[in-house]
Amino acid sequence: MENKRWYRKGLKNGIPIGLGYFAVGFTLGIAAKEAGIDAVQMGLMSLLMNASAGQFAVITIVAGQAGYVTMILTQLVINIRYMLMSCALSQKISPKTPMWQRLIMANYVTDEVFGIAVAVPEQLNPFYNFGAATVASPSWALGTVLGVLVGNILPASLTSALSVALYGMFLAVVIPASKSDRVVAAVVVISMIGSAAFTFLPYFSELSSGTRIIVLTLVIAAAAAVVCPVPAEKIAGGTKEAEEETRKEAAQ
Amino acid sequence: MSHITYIYILIAALTVYAIRALPLTLIQKEITNVFIRSFLYYVPYVTLAVMAFPAIITATSTPISGIIAFAVAVVSAWISGNLFIVAALSCVAVYVTELIVV
Repeated sequence: MENKRWYRKGLKNGIPIGLGYFAVGFTLGIAAKEAGIDAVQMGLMSLLMNASAGQFAVITIVAGQAGYVTMILTQLVINIRYMLMSCALSQKISPKTPMWQRLIMANYVTDEVFGIAVAVPEQLNPFYNFGAATVASPSWALGTVLGVLVGNILPASLTSALSVALYGMFLAVVIPASKSDRVVAAVVVISMIGSAAFTFLPYFSELSSGTRIIVLTLVIAAAAAVVCPVPAEKIAGGTKEAEEETRKEAAQ
Repeated sequence: MSHITYIYILIAALTVYAIRALPLTLIQKEITNVFIRSFLYYVPYVTLAVMAFPAIITATSTPISGIIAFAVAVVSAWISGNLFIVAALSCVAVYVTELIVV
């Protein structure tokens, strides 16, 4: 069955995401413990939220006992990038996708799952996201809970190595696309330069990473859309190369 | 204390879920506006590039291993494009570099 094939593919590509989440989760769990959050609360938070920066903000707010309105506003600012990702995903799936699939898919719009979902050359089947989430979300929750319970038991060398897994995956999405599309290549290079500037320049570096992502995404994607509008058939059908790749994968 | 923590978690979870679910449930049709379509087409590439760089260099114990991981990821992504392979090679690059340098 088609859904089963997509689910399996998602499971497979969810493994590196899960490993990265597991390692990052430890760090978050340690911070949570210091804020007085217990393992049950941490596990619940991770399964419900699936958001590293968002959860870090929860920990900070719980530690400072700030108001509930502050919590809502903070979450909005930190996580608003997911709204852009969801908009993009809404165009990547079939318009006929049933509501229940949309509702489940929404809970797992994370940077990484989004990353592999948009890398799918053809129309996206939500079961791909379900497969990835099946591995990634419990790994994330387990990492954060263990972080609360036992602290960081992974050796520093392993944590350091695993920390690049997620970024490696992001690059595995943008680089092949840059190879076949010069505009995308320019967009990627400009984005990286912009991101580096925001990270290292004075004043700009004070912005949180969530703000940096949303500002650069809005500005650069809008500029690219004005300068190089994308023909409709390219968005709907994907590139020829991508189609060939899908055929190859299907044949394997 | 504990009871308030649960409310904090619930509020945060609902806010994040609303952010993610609203576009996916409300936008059910294909967008025909060329600007919006093009904008959404470029969004993932900008977002992923911004998130990956320079974070990959600052995430590791030492910038040298991060720079090598970046180079390995770009080259392997150019050649293979397989998510798992690129991620694994990046991790190995960091591990090996730090064995030698640190």
